[in-house]
Amino acid sequence: MIIENSPTILSVQGLRASINGTEILKGIDLTVKSGEIHAIMGLNGSGKSTFSKVLAGHPSYEVTGGTIQFEGKNLLELPPEERARAGLFLAFQYPIEIPGVANTQFLRLAYNTVQAQRGKEELDPLEFDDFVREKMKLLEMKPDFLDRSVNEGFSGGEKKRNEILQMALLEPKLSVLDETDSGLDIDALKIVANGVNRLTNKDNATILVTHYQRLLDYIVPDFVHVMQAGRIVMTGGKELALELETRGYDWITANKQQDAGVSA
Amino acid sequence: MSAVLQSLVNQPYKHGFVTDIESDIAPKGLNEDIIRLISAKKDEPEWLLSFRLKAYEKWLTMTEPEWQNVHYPKIDFQDISYYSAPKPKKKLASMDEVDPELLRTFEKLGVPMHERAALAGVAVDVIFDSVSVATTYKQKLAEVGIIFCSISEAVHTHPELVQKYLGTVVPVGDNYFAALNSAVFTDGSFCFIPKGVKCPMDLSTYFRINTEGSGQFERTLIIAEEGASVSYLEGCTAPRFDTNQLHAAVVELIALDNADIKYSTVQNWYAGDEKGVGGIYNFVTKRGLAKGVNSRISWTQVETGSAITWKYPSCILRGDNSVGEFYSVAVTNNYQQADTGTKMIHIGKNTRSTIVSKGITAGHSNSSYRGLVRIAPTAEGARNYSQCDSMLIGDQCGAHTFPYIQVHNNSATVEHEASTSKIGEDQLFYFSQRGIGAEEAVSMIINGFCKDVFQQLPMEFAVEATKLLSFKLEGSVG
Repeated sequence: MIIENSPTILSVQGLRASINGTEILKGIDLTVKSGEIHAIMGLNGSGKSTFSKVLAGHPSYEVTGGTIQFEGKNLLELPPEERARAGLFLAFQYPIEIPGVANTQFLRLAYNTVQAQRGKEELDPLEFDDFVREKMKLLEMKPDFLDRSVNEGFSGGEKKRNEILQMALLEPKLSVLDETDSGLDIDALKIVANGVNRLTNKDNATILVTHYQRLLDYIVPDFVHVMQAGRIVMTGGKELALELETRGYDWITANKQQDAGVSA
Repeated sequence: MSAVLQSLVNQPYKHGFVTDIESDIAPKGLNEDIIRLISAKKDEPEWLLSFRLKAYEKWLTMTEPEWQNVHYPKIDFQDISYYSAPKPKKKLASMDEVDPELLRTFEKLGVPMHERAALAGVAVDVIFDSVSVATTYKQKLAEVGIIFCSISEAVHTHPELVQKYLGTVVPVGDNYFAALNSAVFTDGSFCFIPKGVKCPMDLSTYFRINTEGSGQFERTLIIAEEGASVSYLEGCTAPRFDTNQLHAAVVELIALDNADIKYSTVQNWYAGDEKGVGGIYNFVTKRGLAKGVNSRISWTQVETGSAITWKYPSCILRGDNSVGEFYSVAVTNNYQQADTGTKMIHIGKNTRSTIVSKGITAGHSNSSYRGLVRIAPTAEGARNYSQCDSMLIGDQCGAHTFPYIQVHNNSATVEHEASTSKIGEDQLFYFSQRGIGAEEAVSMIINGFCKDVFQQLPMEFAVEATKLLSFKLEGSVG
C-alpha cells in the first residue's frame, strides 16, 4: 500500500556492482517506503538477481559505485549478517542445502540471533517448537519438515516455503523475494503468495524480483520496475506488469532506443 | 589457526621441565645395552626383558613403512634418547602464575577447572584436591576388583596378568613402530576388569596416578573378562605439548566372552605452526581382540592434533557374534597430515562391524581414510557397514579414501558408502543472510557432519569435542 509521508526504508542511488571484473549493475536508483510492495521485472541477465544479492551483501560481488541507505544506515558498510540482523531479508532463488543441520536447529539459531539483536526474548528448543509450528500452519507445512536437514532433498516448492517460513519467523523490515515463484506449481504459488500477503503490513516493505506477471496476480505490487542491462529503465503501477505480459519486453527496448536517438 | 593459539603454540613449553636434564637421561641411540638399561632401571622381571629384546631383534630386520599417504623427513632413530627418569615436574604455586594466553585457550575450549590447573602445571592440590579424588576413585574401583594403574606398576603387582596378555593382540613384530614400542616402551596404562564386573565409571587417564612421564612410547593394555564391561577415555581436548617429536604408542584391548570395551580418544597434540614446522608425529598401533563370543570392541576417536597422524584402531572379531565398531572424526588444518582408518577382521560366525569415518580437511592439509574389511572363510554370516565422509574447507586441501575389502565367505554382507562435501561460500552466505556469523555457521555445519560420531562419545567429552573442532577450524573459512 502507498501511504502518505511514510518513512523511507531503502534508498539506492547510482548503484554499480560487478562480478569477476564484469559490471552487472550500471547505476540503479530505487526508493522503497514503509508499507510498499515493489516488483522488479526483467529478462534473464538483466541484473535483477544480482541486485538482490548485492543488497544482501553477497561476497562474490564488488560494489563499485553508488550508495545504499537502509533505515538511515549505510548498508554497504555492514557485513551480510549485520544487514540481516538489521531487518533485511532475502528469500533465495535457489535456497542452499545444508546436510546434517536440522531445520529446527537452524531456524531457532537464526530466530534467536535476530531476537537478541532487537533486545527481545530468545526461545529455548521447546518454546521455539510451539512457536515455529504455529508459523508453519501459515504455509501448510508438514511437521516432519523440522527434523529434516536444511533444504536437503526438499522439492522446489518445499524450499520456497521454507524461505517464506524464515521470513515469517524473522519479521524483517524489508523482504526481497528473488524469483520466489519459479519452480512452483499453481497450488504452491497460492500458498506462498498467501503467506507473503499475511506478512506484509504498513511497517514493512517487500521487493518482488520476478520474471512473470503470474506472481503479481496474487501479490499485488504498488510499483513495477523494469530492469534492463543493469538499470531500471521504466517504472509504473501494477498495470505495467500486465502490459509486459501482453507485449513482452521488446517495446521497452525500442522505446529506449528511440529515447536514446532523440537525446543524441 | 587463531593468533591466540598461534602465539601459544609457538612459545617454548616452559612449565613442565626441570633444567637439570643431563644426569638422568640415557645416551642417544638404540642398542641392546640401552634396552637392558631401561629394563634394569625399571627393575623388570626377566621375561619382560626378553620380550623387549625379541622385539628389538625383530625391529632390526624391519624397514620403516612407506606406503602411507604422508610425507616427513627420515627419522634418525639413533638420534633419540630412549630413556629418561620420570621426574616430578616443577609446580607453579597458583593459577595466577599461569600464562594468561593459556588460560584463555582453556576458557575457550571449556576445559574443566581442575583439569586446567593440572594441564598448566599448577600443583593441583592448591585448587583442587586431585590426590584425594584419585584415591577415592581407586578405592571405589578396588572394591569391585578392578585393577587400574600404570603398566610399570602392574608388572610388579600383577605380573601374571601382564605376562599372559602383553603382546597377544599386537605381536612384538607386528609392524615397525609396534616393534620399536615393544622394545623401548617406558610406561602407560593397565586396566583389568574381572569377570562379571561392569565398571561403575568411565576410566580416564587423567585420574591415573603417575601419568607424568609416560613418554613417547606409551603402552596400554586393557582386559575385560567374561561378562565385564568398561569405558575408557584417553587424552583431553586441551592442547598437549611435548619436546619429543616421535610418538609411537601401542594399545591392546582384549574382550573375553560377553565382554564389552569402549575406548574413546580425543587427541590434540601440538600440530606444528601454520607453516607446518614442528609438531608431533603420532604413529600409533591400536588393536582390540574380541576374543569371546558376543564380545564387543568399540573405538571412538576425535583426532585434531599432531603434524602427522597415522593410526588404524582395529578389531579382530574372533568370537562368534562379536561386534566391532569404529567411529572417527579426523580434523586437519594448515599443513597437518592424517592417514587414519581401521581394520575389521571377521573370523567368527555372525560377526558384525560398523565403520563411520568423518574427515574434515582445511588449509593445506591432507587427510586419508584407509580401511580394511576382511571376511575370513570361517566368518559365516558376517556383516559390515562402512560410511566414509569427507568435508573440504577451502581449495588447497586434499581428502582421500582407500577402502580395502576382502571377502572370503559368500554369506557375508559388506556395504560401503562414501561422500565428499564442501563448506562453500554459498552455504556461509545463506547462514549470514539469516543473521548467523561465519564462526557459528561453521560450527553448526561441522557438528551436523560429525553428529554420528559425537553421539558415541561420553557426554562431557562430546561437549568438549564440539568446541575443540570449532576452535581448530577458526579462521579457516570466511
